[in-house]
Amino acid sequence: MTERPALLDAHLIVDLGGFRLDARLRIAAGEVVALLGPNGSGKTTALRALAGLRPLTSGYLRLGGREMDRPDRPLWTPTEHRSIGVVFQEYLLFPHLTALDNVAFGPRRHGVPRREAREQAARWLDRVGLSGYARRKPRYLSGGQAQRVALARALAVAPELLLLDEPLAALDAGTRLDTRGELLHHLTDHPGATLLVTHDPLDALVLADRLVIIEHGRVVQEGDAATVTAQPRTDYVARLVGLNLYRGKATGHGVEVDGVTLTTADPLTGDAFVAFRPSAVALHRQRPDGSPRNTWPAVIAGIQRHGDNLRIQLTGPIPVAADVTQAAAAHLQLAPGQHVWAAVKAAETHAYPAAP
Amino acid sequence: MSVSAAPRRGTLRVPLGLLVPAVLGLAFLALPLAGLLLRAPWSTLPQRLAQPGVLTALRLSLQTATIATALCLLLGVPLAWLLARVEFPGRRVVRALVTVPLVLPPVVGGVALLLVFGRRGIVGRWLAGTFGITLPFSTAGVVLAEAFVAMPFLVIAVEGALRGADTRYEEAAATLGARRWTTFTHVTLPLVAPGITAGAVLCWARALGEFGATITFAGNFPGRTQTMPLAVYLALETDMKAAIVLSLILLTVSVAVLAALRDRWITSP
Repeated sequence: MTERPALLDAHLIVDLGGFRLDARLRIAAGEVVALLGPNGSGKTTALRALAGLRPLTSGYLRLGGREMDRPDRPLWTPTEHRSIGVVFQEYLLFPHLTALDNVAFGPRRHGVPRREAREQAARWLDRVGLSGYARRKPRYLSGGQAQRVALARALAVAPELLLLDEPLAALDAGTRLDTRGELLHHLTDHPGATLLVTHDPLDALVLADRLVIIEHGRVVQEGDAATVTAQPRTDYVARLVGLNLYRGKATGHGVEVDGVTLTTADPLTGDAFVAFRPSAVALHRQRPDGSPRNTWPAVIAGIQRHGDNLRIQLTGPIPVAADVTQAAAAHLQLAPGQHVWAAVKAAETHAYPAAP
Repeated sequence: MSVSAAPRRGTLRVPLGLLVPAVLGLAFLALPLAGLLLRAPWSTLPQRLAQPGVLTALRLSLQTATIATALCLLLGVPLAWLLARVEFPGRRVVRALVTVPLVLPPVVGGVALLLVFGRRGIVGRWLAGTFGITLPFSTAGVVLAEAFVAMPFLVIAVEGALRGADTRYEEAAATLGARRWTTFTHVTLPLVAPGITAGAVLCWARALGEFGATITFAGNFPGRTQTMPLAVYLALETDMKAAIVLSLILLTVSVAVLAALRDRWITSP
């Protein structure tokens, strides 16, 4: 992405008493970036700072080459003068206006004459497939329809920066699937920069060109979906992508993690991560021998259904999740509290340096 | 609550400790109105209604109460917005000041108005000297007295509505390019419209019934400042039956207006 000039270039620093957001964001024109993080990680604060609904404590915010917020100058562009469009989590469609007038609201405020604004709004409603719903008030729209009106309303002002706050979170599972597909189509067409704030990894993976992962107000990892899913750098990311992740000291062909040396296929030294899939973990009643495997004793802490398999949570020298088939579980007579041996082949592990 | 009697399924038993005072309270409120209806001179009602003074007082009452309400809306809604949305030093003091006319005896309000807007008052002298306007003992004075007493009802109702309104709609309007004034007129006002209507109705009803401040500040001149409550009070000294008739009219008109508004606006979701 660095080849393309950034339409949005920001270093967002916001102090909120006990919490501090400190995140750099660059988004190119036409690029969709997902800001992914757990609850309370600062995603919403970042979105509000970008929208001008909360001022920066320091840092800077440039959009389309113009300073929006620069506490050290001080420069400040209020929300209504920023070239932004926001799709709020609960949409916030004006309840007293029809779908058409909701979409026409932005163009009207940008000086478009009433008739023309309504024509634009009608075209937008048509694009999101709601031309038949122009006269409806928001309370007579379904969740999916309201989401599409909110998207049309945000896009109707042709914003340089489109901000989406958990755009699919308020929808039921079936509607979410359809709406996600629709949304992808519209985000691809949007010529400006797009920031998608979400805690749902699936939304991020499907909709975004690039992921920025934020925890405790800081960016912990960023990159395209393939890089992030292959080489998670925090427990949160590892859980998101369903990997076991450990940090330790690499010594040639092994990484020492909390007293267990995991033999890996990747030669490495220094601080390192080791990641492997839960399905790569094999469980045994007795200590297995003879094969080039990592083995360690563990205790079963919990068993959950996971797709067609069972996911076994293990405690021991290192916590680990293992996926086994129902048949294997029955054969091994697995139950919580039981002592087992866990084993992972070196070839199934993936080690990479911890220093970015 | 008796333990022996099995309560009927699906019904909420009302404790006697609540039921008895509730019924007494209802009787206390309803009996005087019933008395008014029982003692009304129904046989001579048409002639009494046709008397010229009655209609004049009624018209004056309706006009002044409506103008006073309009004045309260014009000044009170922005004041309520300020109290609800802007953090400023002394906001608590301002809010307390707004509620003073609620607890002040209206006669005292009338005296206070005379001291400020009277011929010798701080503002009154300036108004008379510069524009030749004298407010006391005029119809405008009636409006002023009614507005003074009724405005707190509007401000409190609208402030409550504004506090209850979701400010995120205003943020959404800002992200779409709306300046604060446009946001206020196009988003905030429509959102709190039911609250404003309720406040305006309360305000109008209070203005219609205003007596103390009006008679103190505006006097009791038929056709100019004699509103219905003043006419009732005056009639009471000379002709009890006339007072009852005037009271009945006031009661009917206010109940009719409130009922009409309630159906049209207040109960809307």
